[in-house]
Amino acid sequence: MVSLIATDRVTKIFEVGGMFTAKKYIKAVDNVSLELGENEILCLVGESGCGKSTLGRLMLDLIRPSSGRVLYEGKNICSLKGKEYKEFRRNAQLIPQDPYSTLNPMKKVVSSLMPPLLHYKIARNRREARKMAAELLTMVGLSPPEDILERFPCRLSGGQLQRIAIARAISVQPKFIVADEAVSMIDASLRVGILNLMLDIQRKFKTTFLFITHDLAIARYFARDRKIAVMYLGNIVEIGRTEEVIQNPLHPYTKVLVEAVPIPDPKLARERPLPKLKSLEIPSLINPPPGCKFHTRCPLAEKICKEKDPELRLVKGRLVACHLY
Amino acid sequence: MLKPTAQRPMALSKLIDALHYHIYEPLVLLSSDKRALAGLIILVVYILMAIIGPMLIPLDLTPHPEKRYLPPSWEHPLGTDFAGRDIFAQIVHGGKDVLPVAFLAGFVTVLIGTAVGIISGYIGGKLDTVITTFIDVFLTIPGFPLLLIVAVWLARSGIVINIFIIALLLSITSWAGLARSIRAQVLSLKEEAFIEAAKCLGLSKRHIVFSEIMPNLMSYIAINFMLSSVGAVYSYTGLLALGLIPYTPGNWGAMIHMAQAYVGTVTGAGCWYILAPSLTIVILQIGLVFLANGIDKIFNPRLRER
Repeated sequence: MVSLIATDRVTKIFEVGGMFTAKKYIKAVDNVSLELGENEILCLVGESGCGKSTLGRLMLDLIRPSSGRVLYEGKNICSLKGKEYKEFRRNAQLIPQDPYSTLNPMKKVVSSLMPPLLHYKIARNRREARKMAAELLTMVGLSPPEDILERFPCRLSGGQLQRIAIARAISVQPKFIVADEAVSMIDASLRVGILNLMLDIQRKFKTTFLFITHDLAIARYFARDRKIAVMYLGNIVEIGRTEEVIQNPLHPYTKVLVEAVPIPDPKLARERPLPKLKSLEIPSLINPPPGCKFHTRCPLAEKICKEKDPELRLVKGRLVACHLY
Repeated sequence: MLKPTAQRPMALSKLIDALHYHIYEPLVLLSSDKRALAGLIILVVYILMAIIGPMLIPLDLTPHPEKRYLPPSWEHPLGTDFAGRDIFAQIVHGGKDVLPVAFLAGFVTVLIGTAVGIISGYIGGKLDTVITTFIDVFLTIPGFPLLLIVAVWLARSGIVINIFIIALLLSITSWAGLARSIRAQVLSLKEEAFIEAAKCLGLSKRHIVFSEIMPNLMSYIAINFMLSSVGAVYSYTGLLALGLIPYTPGNWGAMIHMAQAYVGTVTGAGCWYILAPSLTIVILQIGLVFLANGIDKIFNPRLRER
């Protein structure tokens, strides 16, 4: 069965410097292979700077890979042209992190929602597009829509703007949505609302979601009964069913990540031991450590970890990249 | 008097809404900025003067040597010139020569500068490098001397000099600066999140340029239109004052030219002949600049109150 969207050993290297300093290279994504079918949810978690946003954008063709391929329904997206590319473009959408900058500040909400409807001929004319825009706003929980349609983004709150961004993403009826830290800039009290909205959409339209976040608690909520992938410095270190990975982490990095989730109870939080790490320094992406990138901090590192980069292996029904297994 | 919104037919409601938003509100906003309001009033007065002035005040060009250099009086509000002709009438008629050229030149300058800036900034790559070099060449050529040379060449070549030729001429030396700054703005706008979103949605390049990027440039374009017109007025009257292009009498620049030729000093009886056109030009420029300062409020929805 052909997957909906997949990456095949995808790597992305960014150049830095070169003007006044020596040119350096950052390997944001290192040899990552992922596969997503229809009606799937995968949560991608990791620290800031581990490459998750870059991976998300690579899968949407907003960035081109330095090596490797991204496959949409089995075909390399770089080789898609014309109608096929338009088809892919329509079916791969993004819900970005910052609701305040994702809408054109000079255009009213209705002017931001109508163009995709008209471009893909989902609406036959402007009047129909306007009606559909109003329906979309009601679908994402903004009512009465008439009032919001005529406003400029500067007059709306973050929560409202994010819902509009979601409405815009689903307006073209995509099969695949990347939610890149979609709730990170929303007030904590409103997050569950937005998360539930996205879950409703997933259930209703059977969209495949790649949900990127640094917050394990959110990942646990959004991807319960689904899969989670943990990323570290450009590599995927563990993929598996969410509950299993969180209750019983196999990779040492995942263990540390789970242990680091804050506990609401201050007494318990004070008493809990610090995670066992050899060093608290995060290695730089310009000069990554040889072999397994985590070995400088891993309490269980052995000689082989310094030399050889572990591959993802099937362990207890999950994929783990660690020499321990 | 007006029916409540829910009962009006949709088309009429939209028209009233549009008028309210595009004309009434900007005026209210501008009036809060006293300088911009002053600028707007000055501009309106000049435009009215240029359009209906000539109909109200006839221009009498017959020389009356006995009446030369009379000081201002009820009959001649600004005095008379070297040939005894009324200065005020000449000023009023001059508007219909200078204003159209100035605004047309401003418009053409903005058109060329914006188009080149957007093409260079959005497409990028080798085309951008070529265009940037082209812009730099035009920027290093000194504007007014180039203008003088081309103007003299035009006058001698026998090409009919009409308003369009002059406007084009004035634009040639002034589009480069605008092109460069529009390019810079386009380059930075390209990186904005809403442009990435538009690309992700698969919207066409044409849509992104005209519908996403242009609205963010409108404020800047409007201001530059005003300032280009200001520059065009100076260049045009400068050329006329130096006598390099043909003119009709009563044209402000022509008056300055004549005044230079016939009047010895700025004091004494003949001073009105030089002061009147000069002040007329200066007041127009001040008005346009003040108005340009207030334009941002109109184009930027973030500065509006609702």
